[in-house]
Amino acid sequence: MISGIFLIVRRSLRQHALSTCVTLFAVALASGLVMSVFSIQRQTNEAFTGGELGFDAVLGARGSQLQLVLNTVFHLETSPGNIPWGMYQALKSDRRIALAIPYATGDNYMGFRVVGTTSDLFEQFEYRTGKKFEVENGGRFFDSSRREAVIGSFAAARTGVKPGDVINPYHGLAYNEDSKHAEEYTVVGILKPSNTPSDRVVFIPIEGIFRMGGHVLRGSGQNYLPEAGVAIADEHKEVSAVMLKFKNPKTGFDLDMTINKQGKVATLAYPIGRVMADLFDKLGWISRVLELVAYLVVAVASAAILASIYNTINERRREFAILRALGARRATVFSAIVSEAAAIAALGSMLGFVVYAVILGAASVIVRAQTGVVLDVWSLHPALYITPIGMTVVGALAGVLPAYKAYATDVATNLTPAS
Amino acid sequence: MAVLEVVDLKKGFVSPDGERTRIVDVPRFVMNEAEQIALQGSSGSGKTTFLNLIAGILQPDSGSISISGQELASLSEAGRDRIRAQSIGYVFQTFNLLQGYTALENVLLGMMFGRGADPVYAKALLERVGLKDRMNYRPRQLSVGQQQRVAVARALANHPKLVLADEPTGNLDYQHAGAALELIREVCREQNAALLLVTHDRDILNRFDHVQNLADINKAIAPPVVEP
Repeated sequence: MISGIFLIVRRSLRQHALSTCVTLFAVALASGLVMSVFSIQRQTNEAFTGGELGFDAVLGARGSQLQLVLNTVFHLETSPGNIPWGMYQALKSDRRIALAIPYATGDNYMGFRVVGTTSDLFEQFEYRTGKKFEVENGGRFFDSSRREAVIGSFAAARTGVKPGDVINPYHGLAYNEDSKHAEEYTVVGILKPSNTPSDRVVFIPIEGIFRMGGHVLRGSGQNYLPEAGVAIADEHKEVSAVMLKFKNPKTGFDLDMTINKQGKVATLAYPIGRVMADLFDKLGWISRVLELVAYLVVAVASAAILASIYNTINERRREFAILRALGARRATVFSAIVSEAAAIAALGSMLGFVVYAVILGAASVIVRAQTGVVLDVWSLHPALYITPIGMTVVGALAGVLPAYKAYATDVATNLTPAS
Repeated sequence: MAVLEVVDLKKGFVSPDGERTRIVDVPRFVMNEAEQIALQGSSGSGKTTFLNLIAGILQPDSGSISISGQELASLSEAGRDRIRAQSIGYVFQTFNLLQGYTALENVLLGMMFGRGADPVYAKALLERVGLKDRMNYRPRQLSVGQQQRVAVARALANHPKLVLADEPTGNLDYQHAGAALELIREVCREQNAALLLVTHDRDILNRFDHVQNLADINKAIAPPVVEP
């Protein structure tokens, strides 16, 4: 009997090829959309809040922790201000801290952030456990005593810069061709893709930021303009932030107490994931709206299944009567229609993976261009198997009404061909 | 043992003017194994209704129908479906082939609701009725005579004990009608199946040894009994 149902379903799908294709397309869109919404939600959430960032905390000027994290970790926001170089030195010599790396921001190259830092970023920092930055063949990291730059893979691809090229940073975080700095930097290396926000950054020695034309240092509380050939005293130096990795998580809580709750000068963003999670919580309604839209599309696709099959039932009454006359039970006819609806939903869900791949591919390009975070199309999310199963069940339910209509077909009156 | 036994079978319908008109009133009708009977009946004589009652497609108002000793009235609808699938072959006047299916699939589908699909036997049956090269043709791609042969093969696919044929040659010309009838009779003989054929065609009736007039067994015919 199952083989009979299978044959009936196959033939019906083929006989009503046009409506089947249109319905398949609707279901594919619906399931692809649902899978994409949930997958993108989780991947972005994990990337911004729970993913490995390499740093545990960020120390910056007194102000918003979120702004600090967005500016230094994701290179998205403006800097809340600077802190004295002495704070960096104090943290660097603190035994509780495994790694302290200074960041000086405020310039860009063709729209990509220019970050002044030390060579510790390349020599000691692991952006993922066991993974340090590497340069493409033929390149090297910058020499801190020279005007050299190392450029992230995405920034290099977009700007077309290659090792040996000379670039001039532009003042400010937004690209404005009128605010070009006179200082020239030779690109000595292109970072291998790390799938982190650093792929969108141009790194130069931090001394370069200090000495960039027009930059005024206020580390001592007084304005100080560096002079060529004259060493800058540490008291004048200042940084946008200090990226921190602790030996023990307890250090984060201790520093949070002394810096955030008792101090008034700086802000410690710790833990970075929690800071970003707060942002996602505040923006959670957007996710709910997207989910609602996806569910509505599923409802529309289910209605399309119902309508497409229901509309064929009248013309198929004789077919059902013949099947019954051959010995098919009412339950068999009912099962055949429900199976047909489920088959459309299941096939549509399979096509939904194509829609999912297209949506995630497009979203991945956009998210990477904006944040440097890479979404993985092949990342396994429960939605990838729950959605096809759920869609098939919903499709089968949509088939119940037309199935009942077929179930109720009177055999004797429908055996004669309609004139 | 009788393959078919009908006792006091009555069936009526409510006419558009609200009166209940009896169509079938058969006190007794019996067929034995491998027997071939032709029933003579004109249009409106209730012959299709009689066959549909025997096939379990229609429910009688009263009386009993037994197929190989199995009383249909004692069975559920699903039980009657099972008897129809396993013990009865039905050749319709309009063939009633499923248009989206090939000749082979039409035969196989009949098997699937009965004793199970047997592609080897289905192909052998189609070959037996002369459609070896047309198995994968759809009904629209077949001539009327070929469609009729598919219907015959389908009716015999489940090794039925009883084959019902309702004006099986009604859509065929004289030459093809004779050949089709002989095919049905031969295949029924080969399978030891009883054949109950109803027709109003004299040429067809003349080919049977055992011919009964429906009016002789159906008391409801001419004039119809109008119930109070």
